[in-house]
Amino acid sequence: MVADPMRGVPVLSIITWAPFVGALLIMFTARHRPLAVRLIALVTTSISAALSLWIFLAYEREAAGFQFYERVPLVPPLGISYELGVDGMSLLMVLLTSVIIVAGVFASWTVPLRSQEFYALLLALVTGVYGVFCSLDLVVFFLFYELAVLPMYLLIGIWGSTGEVRPRGIFAWAYRETGVGTKEYAAMKLTLYLLFGSAFILVGILALYVNAGAASFSFLDLEAVTFDFAVQRWVFLAFYVGFGILAGIWPLHTWSPDGHASAPTAVSMLHAGVLMKLGAYGVIRLGMGLLPEGAVDLAWLVGGIACINVVYGALSAMAQVDLKYVVAYSSVSHMGLVMLGAATLTEAGLNGAVFQMFAHGVMTGLFFALVGLVYEKAHSREIFKMGGFGTMMPGIATAFTIGGLSSLGLPGTAGFVAELLTFMGAWRSDHQWWLVPAVLGTLLTAIYVLRVVAQIFWGPPSVHVHDLRDARGPEWVAIVLLVFVLVLFGATPWLALGPVDTATVPLLSRIVSP
Amino acid sequence: MASVLLVLGLPLASFLAIALVRPLRRRGRAAGWVGITAMIVALAEALRTWLGSTRGTVILPWLPGDGGPMATVGLLLDDLSAPMLVLVTLVSLLVQMYSLAYLHDEPMPSLGRYYAYQSLFAFSMLGLVLSPTYLQMFVFWELVGLCSYLLIGYWYTRPAAARAALKAFWTTKLGDLGFIAGIVMLWSATGTFEFDALFRMAREQTLPLEGLATIMFLIYLGAAGKSAQFPLHVWLPDAMEGPTPVSALIHAATMVTAGVFLVARSEPLFVLVPGVLALIARVGAFTALLAATMACVESDIKRVLAYSTISQLGFMMAAAGAGAPDAGFFHLLTHGVFKALLFLGAGAVIHAVGTNDIFRMGGLWRVMPQTGVIFIVGTLALAGVWPLAGFFSKEAILAGVWAGGRSGVFVVLALTAFLTAFYMFRVVFITFFGHGHPHGEAHPHEPPWLMRGPLWLLAVLTVAIGLRFAIGGGGEHHPPGWLAALSLALAAGGFGLAWAMYGARWIPVEAVRRPLAVIDFLARRRYFLDAIYGAIYRGVMLGFARLIGWIDRYLVDGLLNVASAGTLRAGDALRRIQSGQAQDYVYGVAFGVLFLFVLAQWWRTP
Repeated sequence: MVADPMRGVPVLSIITWAPFVGALLIMFTARHRPLAVRLIALVTTSISAALSLWIFLAYEREAAGFQFYERVPLVPPLGISYELGVDGMSLLMVLLTSVIIVAGVFASWTVPLRSQEFYALLLALVTGVYGVFCSLDLVVFFLFYELAVLPMYLLIGIWGSTGEVRPRGIFAWAYRETGVGTKEYAAMKLTLYLLFGSAFILVGILALYVNAGAASFSFLDLEAVTFDFAVQRWVFLAFYVGFGILAGIWPLHTWSPDGHASAPTAVSMLHAGVLMKLGAYGVIRLGMGLLPEGAVDLAWLVGGIACINVVYGALSAMAQVDLKYVVAYSSVSHMGLVMLGAATLTEAGLNGAVFQMFAHGVMTGLFFALVGLVYEKAHSREIFKMGGFGTMMPGIATAFTIGGLSSLGLPGTAGFVAELLTFMGAWRSDHQWWLVPAVLGTLLTAIYVLRVVAQIFWGPPSVHVHDLRDARGPEWVAIVLLVFVLVLFGATPWLALGPVDTATVPLLSRIVSP
Repeated sequence: MASVLLVLGLPLASFLAIALVRPLRRRGRAAGWVGITAMIVALAEALRTWLGSTRGTVILPWLPGDGGPMATVGLLLDDLSAPMLVLVTLVSLLVQMYSLAYLHDEPMPSLGRYYAYQSLFAFSMLGLVLSPTYLQMFVFWELVGLCSYLLIGYWYTRPAAARAALKAFWTTKLGDLGFIAGIVMLWSATGTFEFDALFRMAREQTLPLEGLATIMFLIYLGAAGKSAQFPLHVWLPDAMEGPTPVSALIHAATMVTAGVFLVARSEPLFVLVPGVLALIARVGAFTALLAATMACVESDIKRVLAYSTISQLGFMMAAAGAGAPDAGFFHLLTHGVFKALLFLGAGAVIHAVGTNDIFRMGGLWRVMPQTGVIFIVGTLALAGVWPLAGFFSKEAILAGVWAGGRSGVFVVLALTAFLTAFYMFRVVFITFFGHGHPHGEAHPHEPPWLMRGPLWLLAVLTVAIGLRFAIGGGGEHHPPGWLAALSLALAAGGFGLAWAMYGARWIPVEAVRRPLAVIDFLARRRYFLDAIYGAIYRGVMLGFARLIGWIDRYLVDGLLNVASAGTLRAGDALRRIQSGQAQDYVYGVAFGVLFLFVLAQWWRTP
């Protein structure tokens, strides 16, 4: 074996904490120096990105399992330790996080207001995300999870934008009182929803800890325990609801359109691109990984709700007039596909779910980056006030079209592979009818996405806007990076699916023969 | 297989070069020459492959899975794909050359975009015909659909083009849902997407037959969408909003025939489900007739050709469904040549007079005789006149349908053959010999050599392929003698009627129209299908979406906001208890103690 220069280096810790160090540096050294702020953000996230690419390539597929393992006991009496490790599934999620955050730094290069706090919070949040994907100890996992959720409140509440929602119908009074449409409302709604979910998760984690003999919070230890059926059932339900909120399950999804529409570009990118994946990842890793019988027992619920998500989200997206809401509802629809793939409990479906997390993360990141650019240049998000932008911003138009095509599952883009695997899984599952809403979802997506593309970029130039420019400088880096990843993984999906398969197959073997 | 890889790789390289190298893209003509050069080499290699004896399959893993790949990709070169390679590269090359002259007024960056799409299309279409698995076929199937969408919408600032592009994409996507569902179900039943493996199972009768009819029907839906079979044909006439060379390449010669190719490719599976085959044959014949009636009343020259394409695709499908897929495939090849010829000829006419409306043309024979000759060669071939290419392939279809015992389908196709000759000669008489209206400012002229060259080449090919069969005989097919006579009689009848109505004007148009008033009325309105689909889209689909959007915003979210506002109000109400006045708190404590005391007493009493 070749001598490994990285042996003994805590790679995962560096990946996880580099952005946090960046956040501290920004707060203490780079105040009021916008360029320095951006450079620190860029360098620290690039370190994480380079290392996550490295672990992606260095991961030994034959050996499988959790690799790059680190462990430091924190509270030995309670069995809490700082324990990190990645398998094929988390590997891909770490890579996704890196792609999105690097693109996000470039896409929000022009944030004017209080940029040091903005970047500091953003980087702290990213540390939380990396931590969730890497940690194997449930307490540490939960802490990172909260770290990933909480900065969102400030990021939306301060740097967000206020949309327009007309209070109508019998509940109009409630809309006026809660301030629907404002960024404060969106920030509060998102935070409360996600904390509500966290409560379920915490209860679930403690229940598992106690039932396993209160000796260890380590995922690896808990994985070896076979819990009673009743425990499995109820805890799975708790995890499903808790993480599911973050994954946007119907009918607990309404925080997501409001939150994503109000959030600034980089935050929307990160939130829809990565944070929603934390939810699905939690359901798969903790729910299905620790509670196989509970997962089997409740698969009908997870899949049924997911079917609603797919169709309902797509139809809602079709009904929107605000561009950001269209993209946000398309996330609701696509997260439905993720959960559907997972609920099939088949190899194809689960691989599809993980791949969809990646594909959707990149495509939705791309969408939000582009919507941000369009908004910045046209000063409008209202679809029907736009038109004919294609002649003025051909680059943005092309990238948006590619993102849209991936969204509707066009072959050659990552979206297709994900959908295909989900279809394959659905038909092989115990609920073959799931194939129908899944396939229908792609048609609906084709309708709303291409309709939006035609409305915004095609047709004669709109009279409402003048003097539009195409993307420039750092913005191009973000767009090209995301488009490249979408097409690369669409054409050569085995790059990602090779490692993923090594993680999903053992997981499923526990489910099929517990 | 190296030369196959070259055939496939060159258009891809050309696409990548034009798409990624900005200076090249901005110089449209240079991009055009890059595309053309790539296609010349690809055509040479394709010809070598076709004439050579190398046949075989290469398979590589694509989606990994536990215990062997879940899906594979590769190349399949056999007697079905080899001639398709030649057809695709040939027509692509000619169309790309022709476009350089046809689109000479376009801004250079747009032209660069055009050639990027053209190269991508050539690559995708070649990938489609070389697919050794259903999955790969679907991949390229969607990519050619994408190119079709992009090229129909090439003039994207025109609202009509934008609408047509969307319509084409959505309609074919509707069929493609069936295709993908079908192959996923097939995979689930057999564990493979590969043709070889599936056909072997079919031969050895190890293929699970349960549900196969549904699967094959779903796969056929994909073919019906792409090959514009009723009721999914509505997108093709609208697709004429794209530039005319695009119509020639994608919407006549190559992409729209992919459905026929798919059915021909899947023959070993389709023969196991005779019910679906019968449906394919009937729908094909019906489509052929329906489209022909619409072609008879259309006044836009490109749309006449579009309806004619739908009609001929119906012929091919009918043949495939009646158990003669090789006849259908033969017609696919010959039709590809002469329909491209007709479209490019029509393009030359449109280019010259600046309108699509045949009633605003007339007497063009005098000013553009070369184009006239070429167009008439194409028309004769389409009408099925001996010894041109169309005669033999159409005869093969009719013979195949007759041999398959589908007499109903046969009669419908024969009637359609008559109509085909009629509507094509109607166009010829009105456009080239009619008195027409003045051309306004336009001064019609013969097209430049870059357009004329491809036209002549296609015309010569149409004649040469015909002569090859006239002299060499029809190969395996030995159609009964009466069939040739019938074919010719139908063509002559159609020609005669068109001549009588539009050439010599012996029969007034009204005299024919009146007894057929109902059909005329419906055909002019496209049998209301477009209107119905439009209503379903706008009314049902968008209406339902709006309803869901409303429910989401004002009911699902509404209940949440009510809960939230209720909490705020409750908090507000409870806040008032905290008045800050000491005596209020004393009252509170007193009442609290009293309450607890009563509660304790009540608790104790048994």
